[in-house]
Amino acid sequence: MANVPHIIIVGGGLAGLSATIKVAEMGASVDLFSVVPVKRSHSVCAQGGINAAKNLKGEGDSTWQHFDDTVYGGDFLANQPPVKAMCEMAPAIIDLLDRMGVPFNRTPEGLLDFRRFGGTLFNRTAFAGATTGQQLLYALDEQVRRFESEGKVRKFESWEFLSAVLDGQRVCRGICAMDLRTMEVRTFTADAVIIATGGIGAIYGKSTNSVVCTGSAQSALYQQGAFYANGEMIQVHPTSIPGEDKLRLMSESARGEGGRVWVPRNQGDKRAWNAIPASDRWYFLEEWYPKYGNLVPRDVATRAIHKVVYEHHLGIDGQPMVYLDLTHIDRATLNKKLEGILEIYEKFVGDDPREVPMKIFPGMHYTMGGLWVDYNQQTNIQGLYAAGECDYSIHGANRLGANSLVSCIYGGFVAGPTAVKYARSTTFGDGAAAHASEKKRQVEINAGLMKSDGTENPFQLWRELGDTMSKNVTVSRYNKNLKETDAKIVELLERYRHVNLSDKSMWANTSFAFTRQLYNMMQLARVITQGATLRDESRGSHYKPDFPERDDKNWQKTTKATFAPDADEPRFEFEPIDVTLIQPRARKY
Amino acid sequence: MAKKTVIIKIKRQAEPKSAPYWEEFELDWKPGMNVISSMMEIARNPVTRDGKKSTPIVYDSNCLEEVCGSCAMLINGKARMACSALIDQLEQPVTLEPFSKFPVVRDLSVDRSVLFENLKAVKAWIPVDGTYDLGAGPRMTPEEQESAYPLSSCISCCCCMEACPQFNESTGFVGAATISQVRLFNTHPTGKVLKAERLDALMGDGGIQECGYAQNCVEICPKSIPLTKSISEVGRDVMKKAVLDFFRT
Repeated sequence: MANVPHIIIVGGGLAGLSATIKVAEMGASVDLFSVVPVKRSHSVCAQGGINAAKNLKGEGDSTWQHFDDTVYGGDFLANQPPVKAMCEMAPAIIDLLDRMGVPFNRTPEGLLDFRRFGGTLFNRTAFAGATTGQQLLYALDEQVRRFESEGKVRKFESWEFLSAVLDGQRVCRGICAMDLRTMEVRTFTADAVIIATGGIGAIYGKSTNSVVCTGSAQSALYQQGAFYANGEMIQVHPTSIPGEDKLRLMSESARGEGGRVWVPRNQGDKRAWNAIPASDRWYFLEEWYPKYGNLVPRDVATRAIHKVVYEHHLGIDGQPMVYLDLTHIDRATLNKKLEGILEIYEKFVGDDPREVPMKIFPGMHYTMGGLWVDYNQQTNIQGLYAAGECDYSIHGANRLGANSLVSCIYGGFVAGPTAVKYARSTTFGDGAAAHASEKKRQVEINAGLMKSDGTENPFQLWRELGDTMSKNVTVSRYNKNLKETDAKIVELLERYRHVNLSDKSMWANTSFAFTRQLYNMMQLARVITQGATLRDESRGSHYKPDFPERDDKNWQKTTKATFAPDADEPRFEFEPIDVTLIQPRARKY
Repeated sequence: MAKKTVIIKIKRQAEPKSAPYWEEFELDWKPGMNVISSMMEIARNPVTRDGKKSTPIVYDSNCLEEVCGSCAMLINGKARMACSALIDQLEQPVTLEPFSKFPVVRDLSVDRSVLFENLKAVKAWIPVDGTYDLGAGPRMTPEEQESAYPLSSCISCCCCMEACPQFNESTGFVGAATISQVRLFNTHPTGKVLKAERLDALMGDGGIQECGYAQNCVEICPKSIPLTKSISEVGRDVMKKAVLDFFRT
């Protein structure tokens, strides 16, 4: 039993840093691993805000209402107890981050200000301009730096997680990781490991995610026996800015502050936008959804935009684009509440959204699915925990805007103490043999990859993976197309065996690291695609025109994927969901 | 008619101690190209302009939307972020070089850990009692928030340090970013409890006295942070403290 338990945390975003802080505070020691300096983690991109029912707007809001909005928004796919616990912890989370120095916007009385976000009628989203994720991340990064200066946390930045070290009883005893500069592979011992490695956008090629969001760590663990749940639940954000290198997010808060989505009513209308009178503009979200208007949940908004563009053929200039219009909102309000995102549009598109409506289109954004965990954030592997976007536990079939930031911090705040308690109460056997054999396995994989001299360019293979996933496994899913994509991934996996590593350097070889991640991306892509094929219903973000209704009788259950090494693909089982707190009801906005 | 192309010249370096060398790449023009998308294109087909097989460029990047601070480099000689460097707005041919004042890791990737060491030295954090629930934090006026928020938007890109003539090996100057963070934490209701220690940290070697008022920092900052205002306010605080300390001892 460890007097000073030693915990390894992989991933330095909101979830990883939250866990780190709790663990260090409890007197345990932490090794924190991240592929980038932690304050550059993808959490930094989150824009619009963080939810908590503090009820400071005199609306009679409550944590129960937040809980109901969340499970309803998730279309009743999540186990309810952890969601309730998150909503109940949320007000304290916001107060803590406020004390840590997050510059949340304020009311005239000096209290936290709250705005309205998708999928709710209450103003419960606290925000710091339009760069809330960045500000929350910076506050946690600063707290971890404090622990680091006190010797309680060791950071391993520019290191990549390769695999978990599992002993003879399949207990997690640490990790195997690679130094991204020296390419050295070694193992690290730990009494418990917390995985907080975020999203998987790179599997889709272009997404709103950052470069490091490959899902490689989750996939490696899935291949080692960790369950991966609800992989098919992928959120496509309704408003992103198309780009050559990435789809840049245009926050829901733009709509929260009054932004309106519209297209010209007349197909091929050649008039400039400001020459089109209101009567010739179709504010379709407001017309189709009078109650929630532009703030319907993301899956609803995305399907509406797709319908307007692909069925009604009303995209602007015949392009897959619609207007998100802020021009009717006064400049002072825009600058105070949305400056960060207006700046992004200006810098990358060249137009000022205060003067002209933005042109946006849906883009892959978030995964509700992830590693399976119990109510204490423990995976099915003893000693291995998961928190944040990389775990499946909170958002069901669709995530509400501004719930991600709170779920990451909640998950980290639960996983940290759980991991420490486990470490303090467990006696471990000798793990040396397990470490040695895992290191050997990883060194051999690397050596094999280094020798490769085929003809396939890994970045080209990646482009093909992203293209097929974006085409067939996003908004509208058809079983025929899903099967085609799975077959395509199998083809890519075969071509991967002939990959050509043009860069053979043993120093800072980013192509090598990417090529390793690519293999993991392909394996996880099959989990997503096959899970989508099996689920013959429509629920939340998972929409099958051939099965357009939610089917609680057959499909009110969690999809659980397990890797079958002999078949080199996932096997699926299904788990009932705890919906005892709030009875499932029809989801209509 | 010839397809429109873009020429990119990149200063490469295999390892920290090896000699730098130049490579040129020619890419098909695409609307909305930026420096990052160009390097992604090179990775898909790493062949130089004169047909020589090469390797993908090594560079730091993550968010691609100017909030993470990763992709700072010299583009046409200017310190800026690569993701927001739109090819159409750059003079051709486009030259890319790593920051000159930081140790090169490989190609365009440099080691900027000195900034994080400086942030430790000035205790750039709020010393909260603990993470247990203590209820709401201190009230803050909208004006106070509007003053703090720009300072808090520093992405640790180090452009200010690269552009600063005083930031070099002989002075060991901490640079504008760290000084501005000191101003942020010293003006926070809880943060100011560490004000004296932060000011002390800026009085030693490489401290605020090294600033030469070139004002390159505020001009180059991609987030338009009022860096010279921070330096001037913190400088005044440091001066006041030095005088008071002198009379106290």
